[in-house]
Amino acid sequence: MESTPLRLITTEASPALEVARTLEALLVVASQPLPIEDLAAAAAVDAEQVEEALEIVAQRFAEGRSGIVLEHVAGGYAFRASADASEACSRLFEKPAEKGLSQAALETLAIVAYLGPVSRPEIARIRGVNVDGVVSGLVERGLIAEGGRDDEFGAIRYRTTPLFERIFGLESLAALPRVDDLGDDVAGIRERLEAVAEKRPA
Amino acid sequence: MAVAVRELELDLDAFEGPFDLLLSLVLREELPLREVDLAEIVIAFVERLAERGELDLDACGEFLILIGALLELKARAMFPDEDAELSELEPEEAAEELARRLAEYRRAKEAAGFLRDRLDERRHLHFRLGPAPLAPKVERRLAPQEPEKLAAALRLLAVEPPAPSTAHMALRFPPVAQFVERWRSLLRRRTRFDFDQEVDGLSRVEVAVAFLALLELRKQNEIAIAQSAPFAPIRISRADAERSLSWKAHLSA
Repeated sequence: MESTPLRLITTEASPALEVARTLEALLVVASQPLPIEDLAAAAAVDAEQVEEALEIVAQRFAEGRSGIVLEHVAGGYAFRASADASEACSRLFEKPAEKGLSQAALETLAIVAYLGPVSRPEIARIRGVNVDGVVSGLVERGLIAEGGRDDEFGAIRYRTTPLFERIFGLESLAALPRVDDLGDDVAGIRERLEAVAEKRPA
Repeated sequence: MAVAVRELELDLDAFEGPFDLLLSLVLREELPLREVDLAEIVIAFVERLAERGELDLDACGEFLILIGALLELKARAMFPDEDAELSELEPEEAAEELARRLAEYRRAKEAAGFLRDRLDERRHLHFRLGPAPLAPKVERRLAPQEPEKLAAALRLLAVEPPAPSTAHMALRFPPVAQFVERWRSLLRRRTRFDFDQEVDGLSRVEVAVAFLALLELRKQNEIAIAQSAPFAPIRISRADAERSLSWKAHLSA
C-alpha cells in the first residue's frame, strides 16, 4: 500500500500567531476601537508586528466566516457582530444612538463632520434655520460633542465623536467623500437661478 | 370687539406678559430677541383669533406688521456682520452670494445623503458600546455594622456643644476698694510707707489698681504722696501726719 505523507498540523508557535491571539483577547475585552499604538503597548510588541498579526485576525474574523467581524473604524480596530447575525442581535439589542435620525439631524451632522469644529450660528447660517434643538439632540445621542469655543464670539463649537465614526463605519473623518465631489458647483446653481429669473414676468 | 394685539398675553420661555411689554423690552434692548421664540407668539395670536371665531382684519394687519418687524430685527441680530455685508451688495453680487450659499447648503445636503446611505448599509450591524472598565475597581469591604453604634455616634454629635469660655479674654481687676482699705489699715499702723515695697510681687494690673486706690485716697485728702525725682520711690504718708509734721516744723522755725 502506497503510503501518503501525512500532513502534520504544525505545533510550532509562530510569533505572529501568538500576537494575533493576544490581539483577539484585547479586542474582545474592549468596548471601543483600539488604535494600533494601544494594541502594541498592551501586547508589548511593536506596531509592525501588530499590523502583521491584525491581518491574521482579519482573515479569521471576516464576514461569512465568523459571527464576529474585525473592522477598522474610528481610528482603531474593533469587533462587531456579523451582518448575518443582525436579526438575532436586533431582537436583543437596541441601537439608540442612530435610531430615528431626521433629515435635519443628518444635515447638521454632515456640516459638523465636514466643517467642525463649528458653532451653532455657523450651522444655522448654512442650513438657514435655527439648529439649537437639532444640535442638542445630536449631543444627547453622543454623535457630536463640544470642542472648544469660537475665538471671536466665544460660541461653543462642536465636532463629531468617535461614536459617530463608528456608527457610520468611517476609519476617520478623512474617509468622508471629498466636498468637491458632492452637489452642484456654484456656477451650475447660478445658471439655474438665472434661468428661473428669466422666466419671471418683468 | 377687536382683538387687542398689544394686550395679547404671552407665556414664552424667555418672557411672560403682554405683547406690548415684550415689544418695549426688545426696543430698549433689555431682552435679547434671539432668545425669544417668535413662532410661539404667532401661535398665541392664532389661538386667540380662533377663540373669537371671527376674523378681525385690523388686528391681523397690526399683528403682521409687528411680528414682521420683530422677525427682521431678530434676523439682523443673528447675523450682524452679514447684514452690513449684504446691504452693500449690488444685485449681481447678491445673486452670486445667493448662489454660493445655495451651493454650500446643497453640499451639506449631499453629505447628509452620503451619511444616510452609510447608515442604511450599517443599520443592522451591531457592536459593543459603552465604557469598559480599564482597570479593576477596588472593592472596599466593610466589617458588619451595627446601627446602634451609628446612632450612638450621631447622638454624640447632636449634643449641643458647651458655650465657649471667654474668661481668658477679660482683664480681671481686683476692686479698687480692696486696696483703699489696705492702705487705710496700713496707715493706721504706720505713718508712712513706700509704695514700691508694698506692691512688690503683685501683677501689673494689681499694681495699677493699687495706684488708683492711692489717687482715690489722695483725692479725699487722706494721704500725702511724695516722690523726690521721676522713677524714685513713691512715699505715702498720712495726711494728718504730714500736717502735724509741717506744723512741728513751723513751730520749731
